[in-house]
Amino acid sequence: MASPESGSSYDVEFRSVVKHFADVRAVDDVSFALKRGSFHSFLGPSGCGKTTSLRLIAGFEQPDSGSVEIAGQSVVGVPAYRRPVNMVFQHYALFPHMDVASNVGYGLRQRKPRADAAEIDKQVAAALELVRLPHLGKRRAWELSGGQQQRVALARALINRPTVLLLDEPLAALDRKLRREMQIELQNLQREVGITFVLVTHDQEEALSMSDTIGIMKDGKVVQFGTPEELYDAPVNRYVADFVGESNFFSGSVASCDDTGAAITTPSGLTLQAPFSRLGGKLQPGAKATIAVRPEVIGLWQPGAVPAGLDISRPARLLNRIYLGDHSEFQIEADGLGPVLVRLPKHSTEGQALEPGDQVIMGWKRERALALSEA
Amino acid sequence: MTTAALKEKRRQGRWNALLLAPSGLWYLMLLILPLIVIMVYSVGERAPTGGYQAGFTFDNYLNIGARWTAFKNTLLLAPTGTFICLLAGYPLAYFLAVKANPRMRLFLLILVVVPFWTSFLIRTYAWMFILGGRGLPHLLELIGLEGFRFINTPFAVLVGIVYAYLPLMVFPIFVSLEKLDKRLLEASDDLGASPFATFRQITLPLSAPGMITGCMLVFILLMGEYLIPQMLGGGKVFFIGNALVDLFLQSLNWPFGSACAMALVFIMMVTVGLYLKATRATGSRDVSLM
Repeated sequence: MASPESGSSYDVEFRSVVKHFADVRAVDDVSFALKRGSFHSFLGPSGCGKTTSLRLIAGFEQPDSGSVEIAGQSVVGVPAYRRPVNMVFQHYALFPHMDVASNVGYGLRQRKPRADAAEIDKQVAAALELVRLPHLGKRRAWELSGGQQQRVALARALINRPTVLLLDEPLAALDRKLRREMQIELQNLQREVGITFVLVTHDQEEALSMSDTIGIMKDGKVVQFGTPEELYDAPVNRYVADFVGESNFFSGSVASCDDTGAAITTPSGLTLQAPFSRLGGKLQPGAKATIAVRPEVIGLWQPGAVPAGLDISRPARLLNRIYLGDHSEFQIEADGLGPVLVRLPKHSTEGQALEPGDQVIMGWKRERALALSEA
Repeated sequence: MTTAALKEKRRQGRWNALLLAPSGLWYLMLLILPLIVIMVYSVGERAPTGGYQAGFTFDNYLNIGARWTAFKNTLLLAPTGTFICLLAGYPLAYFLAVKANPRMRLFLLILVVVPFWTSFLIRTYAWMFILGGRGLPHLLELIGLEGFRFINTPFAVLVGIVYAYLPLMVFPIFVSLEKLDKRLLEASDDLGASPFATFRQITLPLSAPGMITGCMLVFILLMGEYLIPQMLGGGKVFFIGNALVDLFLQSLNWPFGSACAMALVFIMMVTVGLYLKATRATGSRDVSLM
């Protein structure tokens, strides 16, 4: 394995990296370090700078300022073909004039001194075995299905034993079921080969399910960098809470705050209290802020059956109920709060009897909500 | 099949026949019939006063050796001219498709076409002057280089050929290079291939269909070339086309001329057959000439 000898325990490091395209700052003063052997994702909407970050690691782009390091070595100015990283392209970019085996062996054939043909054949067979595609070596790339092409692209990259494997929205072109399968397979593969994987995606489910760490990006900046649990349980602001999982947001201005939480007054005059996010900043009185409440945190009850100990409870009207198998989603209109999404497990006794049009009481415990800054 | 479906099918058939009729008639009158006439003539005899006289003999074919020089010139200079066009055209097409600033590209493409705005005859006359005694050789004399003669040499014919046919080579190659998926080049770069290795292993093979099409266009037209050898070869470097004109219009030996023409058709068919085989071998299913 192409493990570097340097002492750095990080395989990829960005230090204040800036990259412009014309007058757009695609990557804007970004710094991060990705641990060796981890599965990392960049998550964000299109145009947030995640793909440019990946291309900066690959060497297709060079930073305007700042430094990019791979395995502790600066690679600024080093062209892609001299970097110990390989990429799985969004649309695979398999060579149409070569069969599958020639595609997979391409990287090995570029090495100098050139490896002998028998050795290359052996490694190609092993790589195709790794991605569970033996016996397809003689086929042309365009004869294969999308999922198979995906695996060939993986084998073509992994055969070079790169320090870092880059994946540019690799599953976007696959159908939903195949995507789930490939997610699990990619994760297993990453553990098997022990190479650092860097994935770019706009699919939060994909990022959450596969990654050890995730960087949420917006407008060329990393908004939050952390484990999936940290991002879900302790988002730094509304943007992250909105992008990772689902939340109800009740916006307003900060009425009062202490070290642990804040009270926010909504435009309708309600005051809602919630603790700060563990990783978010403190809020200042008068600042714009929002209370984020996950749909599964909110409970629904028949009027009169409300349990004790709720910090926030409001009368509401049930608008719609969506059956989703193991759970149901309820769209309600709460007095003073507007539309709210509630998610109850299948066997919750409260949820069973509710029908659209019913008057209900909705509520949650204040410590399960979060007071977040708007930006 | 129901009667309704049968009627519909017949109606479709009539419609298709109507669409194809004009071009079909055209080809029948101007290609198939003359070809049959030439075939018949080629086994006939020359009338005592010139022209054609009915007969059945293969003497005309056996006699083709008498025009060996024309065949030799054509079979030597047409491939050579095609090859030089390829060598000169590829870098130009590559520059236009890959390196040129997109805003400049259209302008440069128009420049490639501009010569066609003037009559081919006039342009070839210009070359006659440039390569003739008062042109380039005269300029060379002024700087002390004497004894150069270009006009009426194979070199002059090649210059004319490359000048006239280069655009036909450039465009198919340009198209195949322009539609080349740039991500394949990045993939090659990513997999450790230097820029030159990427060109050799990805760009060159994937532009092969364009090269083959360009070569075929140029070669087929060159095989029937008449004007350039006539004007720049001055009767010394002549092609089959020139020999045919001579046989039909001067010697009035129509049967022998027809046999030579049939031989040319045969050579073309073999070449096109090889072309079709080559395009199949490169795996290109989207670029073809005929």
